[in-house]
Amino acid sequence: MTKDTVSATGGATTAAETQWDLWEVFTQEGEGAPHEHAGSVHATTPEHAMQNARDVYARRGKIVSLWVVPSGAIIASAPSDSGPFFDPGNDKAYRHPQFYKTPRGVRGL
Amino acid sequence: MSRESEMGNRESSNGGSTDGWVPGAKPATATSGIAQNPVFEHLLRLADDRLVLGHRLSEWCGHAPILEEDIALANIALDLIGQASMLLKLAGEVEGKGRSEDALAYFRDAIEFRNAQLVELPNGDFAVTIVRQFLFDAWDVLVLERLAAVSNEALAGIAAKALKEARYHLRHTAEWVRMLGDGTAESHARAQRALDDLWPYTAELFLADAVDAEAVAAGSGVDVESFRSRWRQTVEQVLGEATLAIPKDGFAPRGGRTGRHTEYLGRMLADMQSLARAHPGAAW
Repeated sequence: MTKDTVSATGGATTAAETQWDLWEVFTQEGEGAPHEHAGSVHATTPEHAMQNARDVYARRGKIVSLWVVPSGAIIASAPSDSGPFFDPGNDKAYRHPQFYKTPRGVRGL
Repeated sequence: MSRESEMGNRESSNGGSTDGWVPGAKPATATSGIAQNPVFEHLLRLADDRLVLGHRLSEWCGHAPILEEDIALANIALDLIGQASMLLKLAGEVEGKGRSEDALAYFRDAIEFRNAQLVELPNGDFAVTIVRQFLFDAWDVLVLERLAAVSNEALAGIAAKALKEARYHLRHTAEWVRMLGDGTAESHARAQRALDDLWPYTAELFLADAVDAEAVAAGSGVDVESFRSRWRQTVEQVLGEATLAIPKDGFAPRGGRTGRHTEYLGRMLADMQSLARAHPGAAW
């Protein structure tokens, strides 16, 4: 859309009015692996979002599964949460499971 | 094989007089090879559809209406050019005159191309590009399904790989046809105009001649006449969902399969072939 586009009411449109919806894309690189956030695409429908995600994020890698999620459906923490939410508790050693040895043969833990 | 030896082979096979790539040189006749090597001719028809359409799509690179679609069109273009490359390589082997896929792609003139006219038409607006691609993809899936089962193993292998790509192309362009046809008043009008303009050119996709029949008999070809009604079913269903009206059948241009093309192909090839002809044998 060009910036000259005008809406039915005669006023200039905003980006939100002329751009397609935003979708977050998650890709899985192998069976059993987690779906990881890859980025986002614009699209008009779920099928369209899936195709755009495939074309932008899944064509070169060895992706076995894709998720697309409307960006608006993501509930994100706020920057002001950083203190109470994410205090790492480094002073409480018992919170960190570093006293165990992972048995050999266990992968993907 | 080096470019020089290819040229040497071509010169010796043509008596040194009709080297296609020399500016101003007389091109090979339009019908050369048809009687002698129908499988070669049939493979050129299959390959040139993909090479020409792939190049047309690549012209959108950097110009598509939105980034995601720019990438999607470039992906489809690369798929088609990759298929053309494999088919031309096989055609060169069948011909047996030492021409590589590059020699066939870049050193033939328009009259030696065997693509249907549909794929050489200019891109027009986005609706023309998408509707053309959809009409082709619906045909291409049916072509490749049959080619994947031919007795020529090299050809069947290429077709099986290409079929996976073509099924995605069809899924993508069918979705776009629905969105454009059943979208805004403007997108609907543009999609309908594109369909009306392109429809006559689809008839050529289903024309077969003795060359095709011989290639089919040799286990290296596809009988395009056999699945016209299936194509029509697919197309009618999607166009119905897109609220687009199917044009009436009428005058149908033809000739691409024997080297008679629209004025647009020559100009497109001049662009596509200029680098390879300016720097023969260049590698990167």
